[in-house]
Amino acid sequence: MLNISGWIARAGVLRNDNPKGPWGGGNKGEGGSPGEGGGPRNPWAFPPEGRRGRSTTSTSLDEFLKRARGGGGGGGGGRPGLPLPGGSSIWWIGAGLLVLLWVLFTSIHSIGPEQRGVVTTLGNYSGTLSPGVQLTAPSPFAQVRKVDVEAIRNEEFPQGSTADNLMLTGDQNIIDLAYSVQWNVRSPENFIFQIADPEATVRAVAESAMRSAVASVTLDQALGVGRTVIEAQVLALMQQILDEYRSGIRISNVAIRAANPPAAVDEDFKAVNAAQQQAQANLNQARAYAQQVIARAQGEAAEFDKIYEQYVSAPEVTRRRLYYETMEAVLAKSNKTIVESGDVTPYLPLPNAAARPAATPEPQTPPVVVQGGAN
Amino acid sequence: MGASLFRNPMALGIFALALLILLANTLVIVPETKQAVILRVQQPRGVVNRYEPNEEFGRTGAGLIAKIPLLDRIVWVDKRVLDIELDNQQVLSTDQLRLQVDAFARFRVIDPLRMVVTAQSEENVINRLEPILGSALRNELGKREFAALLSPERGEVMNNIQAGLQRVARNYGVEIVDVRIRHADLPTGSPLDSALERMRTARRQESLTIQARGLTQAQIIRADADAQAASVYAGAFGKDPGFYDFYRSMQSYRRTFGADGSEPTGETSIILSPNNGYLRQFQSGAGGN
Repeated sequence: MLNISGWIARAGVLRNDNPKGPWGGGNKGEGGSPGEGGGPRNPWAFPPEGRRGRSTTSTSLDEFLKRARGGGGGGGGGRPGLPLPGGSSIWWIGAGLLVLLWVLFTSIHSIGPEQRGVVTTLGNYSGTLSPGVQLTAPSPFAQVRKVDVEAIRNEEFPQGSTADNLMLTGDQNIIDLAYSVQWNVRSPENFIFQIADPEATVRAVAESAMRSAVASVTLDQALGVGRTVIEAQVLALMQQILDEYRSGIRISNVAIRAANPPAAVDEDFKAVNAAQQQAQANLNQARAYAQQVIARAQGEAAEFDKIYEQYVSAPEVTRRRLYYETMEAVLAKSNKTIVESGDVTPYLPLPNAAARPAATPEPQTPPVVVQGGAN
Repeated sequence: MGASLFRNPMALGIFALALLILLANTLVIVPETKQAVILRVQQPRGVVNRYEPNEEFGRTGAGLIAKIPLLDRIVWVDKRVLDIELDNQQVLSTDQLRLQVDAFARFRVIDPLRMVVTAQSEENVINRLEPILGSALRNELGKREFAALLSPERGEVMNNIQAGLQRVARNYGVEIVDVRIRHADLPTGSPLDSALERMRTARRQESLTIQARGLTQAQIIRADADAQAASVYAGAFGKDPGFYDFYRSMQSYRRTFGADGSEPTGETSIILSPNNGYLRQFQSGAGGN
């Protein structure tokens, strides 16, 4: 097993000293899917007289043949000018074994459930393999490139998590937008044959589409309600562009992760929010006041209506009753001084008339009723 | 000679090798992603697997071809969509705003023979088209106001740039698939700062407006409530203003003299004259006048 791979590697070496050769690695689409060993293996590399000089190849080959014969001696059957009896048959067995292994290794392909295998026969596309174990003609006649069609690939913008990603909105403001684009392969053939660098293409198209979408809305829309609209627009536009390129790529989702004003003006945006909150608070207070005032008015009006009903039925009595009740209540709570009227002018030492606390001197006007602190 | 030749493995090996080299120089595999321009003694002979719009894979010219060894040379031309990147172009709009633009163009080689003759390789094509894309960009954007870039007019701008680039690209056998602006940003420094300052002042103004509007609305709500309350009062008390006067004064006395359960802040001393209505009975109760 190890030996085989060693041999293959050597074949690769051989192949590489002729990159312009018919099966050079240069003309196969680069960036093959993982698990694919690059270009084809050169089936003609096993004659001992490789272009590298005999020494390298023949040693590995001799070793290989020894193993093939159960480690038996008699290697070096290929020494020039010394055809050993039976040597040639060993050669043929070895060669046959190699061919068999090579056919086995290059014509059976295990395609995973998420993969498709794009088959090219002598360079020409000849079909796509579904998941499962599939047979093709051996390399180099048939080449299989596996493409993962199920995996959702994710592109993040901006690429660093800390970087800001400023763009211009339609009202010439600047917004800092972080978004991501998910895509997968819809057509493996197109994906391999039409686009030189799929990932870079998706990224470039995404940036272009996002900026043109953002340029068509105002800053406030982009910060708020317009997001889903922008996402849908970008998705549609990207798909359209990529279909123009016949890229075989399907955009599955565009998501704006964060839309913020640039950091430099963030404070003033927060101030606007604060002002809005404040205004809302003011309104709430005013509404509370309004409810209170109206409720009180209704209460008092209702109260008055009740009393008035009684008053209408017996005006004089009700009036008297209210008067006395009030006076009772009022005079019961205060100091009273009754002064006889007439010719006598009484001397009223007012400060002593009521044991007022000295702490609250009242203005000494001589009214008939002195009252302190109306409610 | 032939028989002995084939019995000698060494000779056989050499023969096989020679055959192999000959085959390798004769047979060429053209992959789906490449177009092959065949030059015979440096004279263009033809193209294999040339790009055709809407062709199906499997029916293209890709596959095994034979050429004459040593005389024929193959120049490979990419068949896929290729890309010209243009970064950090300074553009000045008509209203003297500087912009920093990154753009890209996607193209295909549709006439590889012409391309090989005029530019030899895709890289040379890119190198030649790049400055043309740059100047087309600057010209088109320099003809317009900054705001036009941020409007639906943008599409028209791009179409003009693409058309301008296509005119040149045709000479190289290249078709421009798409031209797009990737970034169009205000360069850092004063243009960006002034834009940010403009945003700041706009927001401050908005804050003040919101505050003022909030206060106004609150005032209106309060005034409305007062008016409503007044009309409720008027509706009730207007039935008998005389009685209202009396009733309200009674209420007022209770409140001011602390008789309604509240604690008045000042103490009250009342000096009554006997002529006071409340003391009428107090006066006359002894026997009357």
